[in-house]
Amino acid sequence: MAVLVYAEHSNAALNDATAKTVAAAQAFGGDIDVLVAGHNAGGAAAAAAKLAGVRKVIHVEGEVFSHALAEAVEALVVPMMSGYDAFFAPATTTGKNVAPRIAAKLDVMQVSEITKIIDSSTFERPIYAGNAILTVKSSDAKKVVTVRGTAFQAVAATGSASVETAAAPAGPFKSAFVSEEIAKSDRPELASAKRVVSGGRALASAEQFNQYILPLADKLGAGVGASRAAVDAGYAPNDFQVGQTGKVVAPELYVAVGISGAIQHLAGMKDSKIIVAINKDEEAPIFQIADYGLVGDLFKIVPELTEKL
Amino acid sequence: MKVLVPVKRVIDPNVRPRVKADGSGVDLANIKMAMNPFCEIAVEEAVKMKEKGLATGEIVLVSIGPAQAQETLRVGLAMGADRGILVQTDVAVEPLAVAKILKAIVDAEKPDVVITGKQAIDDDSNQTGQMLAALLDWPQGTFASGVAKDGDKLSVTREVDGGLQTVSIQLPAVVTTDLRLNEPRFASLPNIMKAKKKPIDTKTPADYGVDVTPRLTIVKVAEPKKREAGEKVADVDALIAKLKSAGAI
Ligand SMILES: Cc1cc2nc3c(=O)[nH]c(=O)nc-3n(C[C@H](O)[C@H](O)[C@H](O)COP(=O)(O)OP(=O)(O)OC[C@H]3O[C@@H](n4cnc5c(N)ncnc54)[C@H](O)[C@@H]3O)c2cc1C
Ligand SMILES: Nc1ncnc2c1ncn2[C@@H]1O[C@H](COP(=O)(O)O)[C@@H](O)[C@H]1O
Repeated sequence: MAVLVYAEHSNAALNDATAKTVAAAQAFGGDIDVLVAGHNAGGAAAAAAKLAGVRKVIHVEGEVFSHALAEAVEALVVPMMSGYDAFFAPATTTGKNVAPRIAAKLDVMQVSEITKIIDSSTFERPIYAGNAILTVKSSDAKKVVTVRGTAFQAVAATGSASVETAAAPAGPFKSAFVSEEIAKSDRPELASAKRVVSGGRALASAEQFNQYILPLADKLGAGVGASRAAVDAGYAPNDFQVGQTGKVVAPELYVAVGISGAIQHLAGMKDSKIIVAINKDEEAPIFQIADYGLVGDLFKIVPELTEKL
Repeated sequence: MKVLVPVKRVIDPNVRPRVKADGSGVDLANIKMAMNPFCEIAVEEAVKMKEKGLATGEIVLVSIGPAQAQETLRVGLAMGADRGILVQTDVAVEPLAVAKILKAIVDAEKPDVVITGKQAIDDDSNQTGQMLAALLDWPQGTFASGVAKDGDKLSVTREVDGGLQTVSIQLPAVVTTDLRLNEPRFASLPNIMKAKKKPIDTKTPADYGVDVTPRLTIVKVAEPKKREAGEKVADVDALIAKLKSAGAI
């Protein structure tokens, strides 16, 4: 058996999600090759070659891959799949964008956001915003899956696989990258942070979100998250959203500040190791899953906590 | 532009799903159902395009599901779509088969753009729009928080992990909606009445030559690991003490 793992990267560096996807591929079994398609992506390819358990890295250069356009990735991967039994991609926005195209072209039903591998055709995945855990068996000859990063431990950077190059598909493609607004931050990346502080609607403005949530996060060395309500109201940018339709996180410590605990929010954080909730409503559903709850006004509690830590 | 919008009937997002005792699935008997929230956003976007004069052709809705999916179509018709196609089946149709049925409908209806939700809140698959785009060899603009027409292209702003990305895609194309694309309207009573007279065609998957036999068999559906409620602490000092003894800080 052989698995092709799609690497998520920033050209210069590999995203942590790739090492987790390789871990899932190891649980699946067989030889593991990692595809690094990018533009000036030598750094990412070299990093992929260091991932433990990788047989080889396939490095494909092309300007069209600088932003992982799905149409181009499909054209690259589909012919390659004759040599593989499975395609694994991280369940990031990039993986979710490309994998279903490949599955459809291979006439395979994708298994999305797997959290466990039972055997080479049986997988576990959450459905209904994590309110049910589905075990499915795929009857397709090839498997196409996306992997939820929080469910797998990243493989170590102890390997030394060879790097091969391959040609980019010719194109032209019917889509083109125009621009991006990527938030730059010195804080830990939300999806892989060991600690996360998230703010909800209660913060009531972007100014207060920044004034109360950020210093606490910095004191804890934490990544920053938000509820959808906080994002919708413009208190925090969209890439902060934690939940069913945002990011899924499972840090050692998750601090929910002024967040009620709707099922869609819990879907994104209830696998965190320790959950702290700060909310003035003692009946707030977030307290039903919090390890430590503090009932009271966040505008008093958060500054005191930040100060005393 | 003519717009096709696939809409799925799912559990109401405000209802907490319960796993059936025999582990065969989620209990949907007597549960409130609704249009998938992302599909509502897709219908709203199509209606907005029409109101802005961008879409001058029809807005056609498609729902694949049981007879009651007709109610879901009526909701979209009341929001301003022109007609509906119900592809009736009691099988839970998987995204790949949904995409194949949609492809056959696209081949017949020839829309310029298909707007789907980014994910259905029941299966949380997030696949159908991308699969349809691949089957049609069309480009895609997924997880859209902004869509603008630019000649024979669409400019789509996408919500990605790091922030926002804008792509330009050649029409015809598939767009999938994210939450912040728009705020779906509530249908007014007169529009609900009018929607009752709008046409709905009823078809079956066989009419499109699509085999809907599932590729994935359900081995079991289980409750997630329960998380016990912990304790309430009296004040900040007590919280810090607890976190220290738990080794969290
Ligand atoms: C299809 C769909 C997908 C969704 N996806 C997501 C998702 O991915 N992520 C997500 O988060 N949501 C999601 N939602 C929205 C979700 O249902 C909730 O509406 C949202 O999570 C609520 O955010 P909130 O807890 O910040 O706001 P609220 O529910 O308004 O809660 C605010 C809380 O702050 C408390 N509070 C107020 N003032 C103070 C104070 N001074 N001090 C302390 N506490 C205070 C209140 O007691 C309350 O509990 C989704 C909804 C739908 C329909
Ligand atoms: N049975 C269905 N009928 C109509 N549209 C569907 C159906 N299933 C999926 N879709 C469309 O595909 C989107 C994504 O669904 P999914 O890939 O299942 O998460 C939905 O928001 C709908 O627009």
